[in-house]
Amino acid sequence: MSTGGDDQSGSDDVSTGGENPGGTGPGAGSGGGTATSTTATTVEDLRLEIPVERPRRAENFVALCFTVSVLATIGLAITYSLGGQPQAEGALLGLGLAGIGIGLAAWGKYLMPQGPFVEDRHELPTTEKDKQAFGAAFSRGQVAVERRGFLGKLLGAAIGVFSIVGIFPFIRSLYNPRPGNQLDYTQFRRGSRLVQINGRPVMADDVDVGGVLTVFPEGHEGDAVSQTLLIRASSVPITTLPGRETWSPHGYLAYSKLCTHAGCPVSLYQQQVQQLLCPCHQSVFTILNGARPIFGPAPRLIPQLPIMDNGDGFLRAQSDYQEPVGPGYWERNTSTTLNPPKKAAGQ
Amino acid sequence: MEDRGIELARWFDDRLGVARISKTALNKIFPDHWSFLLGEIAMYSFAIIIITGIFLTLFFVPSTKEVIYNGSYVPLRGQRVSEAYQSTVDISLNVRAGLVMRQMHHWAADIFAAAIVVHLCRIFFTGAFRRPRELNYMIGLTMLILVIVNGFIGYSLPDDQISGAGLRIAFSIFLSIPIIGTWGAFLLWGGNFPGNGDIIPRFYSLHILILPAVIAGLLAAHLGIMWHQKHTDFPGKDKSNRKVVGSSFWPTYTAKTTGYFFIIFGGLALLGGLFQINPIWLYGSYEPYKVSYAVQPDWYMGWLDGALRIMPAWETQFASRYLISAPFYPAVLMPGITFGLLYAWPFIEARFRKDDKAFEHHELDRPRDRPVRTALGVGVLSFYVMLFLASSTDVLANTLRVSLNGVLWTFRIGTPTIPIVVGLATYQICKELSRAPRAGLRKRSNVVVRSPEGGYATVRADIHPGDKEGEPPPEPLPEEAVRRGVAAPAPAGGDGEEEVGVGAERSDATEVPPPRRFSSLLRPWHRPAGSS
Repeated sequence: MSTGGDDQSGSDDVSTGGENPGGTGPGAGSGGGTATSTTATTVEDLRLEIPVERPRRAENFVALCFTVSVLATIGLAITYSLGGQPQAEGALLGLGLAGIGIGLAAWGKYLMPQGPFVEDRHELPTTEKDKQAFGAAFSRGQVAVERRGFLGKLLGAAIGVFSIVGIFPFIRSLYNPRPGNQLDYTQFRRGSRLVQINGRPVMADDVDVGGVLTVFPEGHEGDAVSQTLLIRASSVPITTLPGRETWSPHGYLAYSKLCTHAGCPVSLYQQQVQQLLCPCHQSVFTILNGARPIFGPAPRLIPQLPIMDNGDGFLRAQSDYQEPVGPGYWERNTSTTLNPPKKAAGQ
Repeated sequence: MEDRGIELARWFDDRLGVARISKTALNKIFPDHWSFLLGEIAMYSFAIIIITGIFLTLFFVPSTKEVIYNGSYVPLRGQRVSEAYQSTVDISLNVRAGLVMRQMHHWAADIFAAAIVVHLCRIFFTGAFRRPRELNYMIGLTMLILVIVNGFIGYSLPDDQISGAGLRIAFSIFLSIPIIGTWGAFLLWGGNFPGNGDIIPRFYSLHILILPAVIAGLLAAHLGIMWHQKHTDFPGKDKSNRKVVGSSFWPTYTAKTTGYFFIIFGGLALLGGLFQINPIWLYGSYEPYKVSYAVQPDWYMGWLDGALRIMPAWETQFASRYLISAPFYPAVLMPGITFGLLYAWPFIEARFRKDDKAFEHHELDRPRDRPVRTALGVGVLSFYVMLFLASSTDVLANTLRVSLNGVLWTFRIGTPTIPIVVGLATYQICKELSRAPRAGLRKRSNVVVRSPEGGYATVRADIHPGDKEGEPPPEPLPEEAVRRGVAAPAPAGGDGEEEVGVGAERSDATEVPPPRRFSSLLRPWHRPAGSS
């Protein structure tokens, strides 16, 4: 219409570009003549045509992508052989691969027939006849098997027994050690000295008020179950709960370091509010009244270790914990709490 | 070249008789829609995980034996570390290209899980799980579970401080399972936590052999069933429930999908090289008595971690003998219900849908047309998004400078309530949209152009790729048409003359547009169509 100039250039594009797709199958007339042959690829069909007007540009783009890929990959080889550098390797590898990828995708999108083509869906179920034929075939075999039903049952027994016995190596061999009462007790015994991870025993005046230490029973440094947080909450004994009057000599409180929720080490001590925070799921415990959970998902008080100072300056356990430490488990029963502390384990 | 190819094909056909099936494969029609590529991201991520994973196995030592680190990373020198940790540090810092490979492997795992989840959303919201695809849907769900499990296991293998804390929590979750939990945990770990050094080697064989083999098998079944049942498609012009419309497998789809593989590979290489992930040399080797702040797992475990954080402190004691401990409800029961419902969903929905139970659904739903399903899905999804966000309560409290208490209670209240609000809002939006049938469909724009003489005119813009409008109607591939005795696509009416004005002529005659310009595909909106 009125946009003569634009129209002009547009038709130029058509004629120059038109030669390229035309090159794949010149002559619409002759194509029509052979359309009925077995290779009925008629280029008049828009569905089979290159979907862009100026394929040369698309070709250039694809060529550029592949060239970038080659260059980037050569760059990668050089970087690698010079000793490598992670960022450069990643960037060049990414460029090398993305060059191939974008080039190929553009080739597929701009320079290959786009259709739309259509294909019928087939019926997924087979015909009733097929199903019956299957049924007949199956029952033919079934009859032969059932005729010797006795043997079939014996075979079932043989395979069944084998399966059960065969499972043993996979399960029984793993039951070593058994859970037993491992979850009920730690390595603390009456008189166990509290030591740090490096084995150094803790003396009564080692920690200032407000300080904390991770301690273990002597001889079990690093033990995951026995790990205990020793907090100097005060300079005088603290009774956290009734019956625990003697448990905190010099104001030392010893709590299991295992969270009663999911077993993470409860290791953040906030002195001002006298709270412990578990960094995994943010349970908060108040240490002055028996590490009672006041916030978060932890369901139980953290067990407290009764400790003592015999007068020689070493902090020692009065006994093991009086209930299982750490997260709950199926067999954890309330009576476990009432178990007497185990016997002394030699001092 | 072509002859050589045919010759080779003949050689194989003489021995295996594969020409017919191969021809069918080459002529297979794949519908085009961007959302059909989500599953491909997952599939190709898996391939890249295997490639990078093989590299890592060449250097990784699956052992918790303690050694004194004496390698090139100075801050760790003299520390007692496990061999697994040391070898992972070596891969990261000493093996040439090792860090890129390790980070690609980690990124690919994160992308893999993400792609599966987004793919699952696509399947769910468009109803692609309906008969006959329930089986394939369940295979896909199984792969999702296995990928999450294997991702967690792989994350644990370096035996660093953060993943060790994750393993401690996993042990506690095992312990919380009623009846079999204690024995199960001891069986897997070889004793009470942290075990006797058994867990890393066991996880290693699970991670690199058993689970990948199962996933690969399921993936093969997933693809095979998809291929056999044919792809679903959205309804549209010239489409129906009994037809597949799209481009052919060879060569167009082959080129595009292979290109797509390389694009994903390249993207993961960029992530792996330029974006640090899991710098374990900073964390140190795992010690059970140490822990650090802001311990977050990989993203796909976030929902479980969030659930563990915001769950009220519930434990159930039975007859003072047995205990269901706190992690059971958020970390065993909740995921159990989640996946149980997901597996059951196709059958639940079929029960309530009032259509022929034997009907094969090959046409996808637009989500708005199924307001109940969409509202339920979006609501439930927002529930998991809330759980995921809840896994960062500590970081949120610190970043926003609000109390941890406030953040926790926000999530405790928001997680059950927000999904209801979101679900109801989604329902309403679906209803509103279905009253506006053209909403969301692309409109062809009108462009005002000025002529050299100064006149103005309004013309319609070029057809945008993806506009179904104006495309030629779908026909069978030429060979298929001939085989079935359907007439080959008729040559267009005109003769020689037609070569010149190809596009314009035809668009007048048959409403078929001119071929698109490559340049206009790159900036498609502003060009007026040839104004003839």
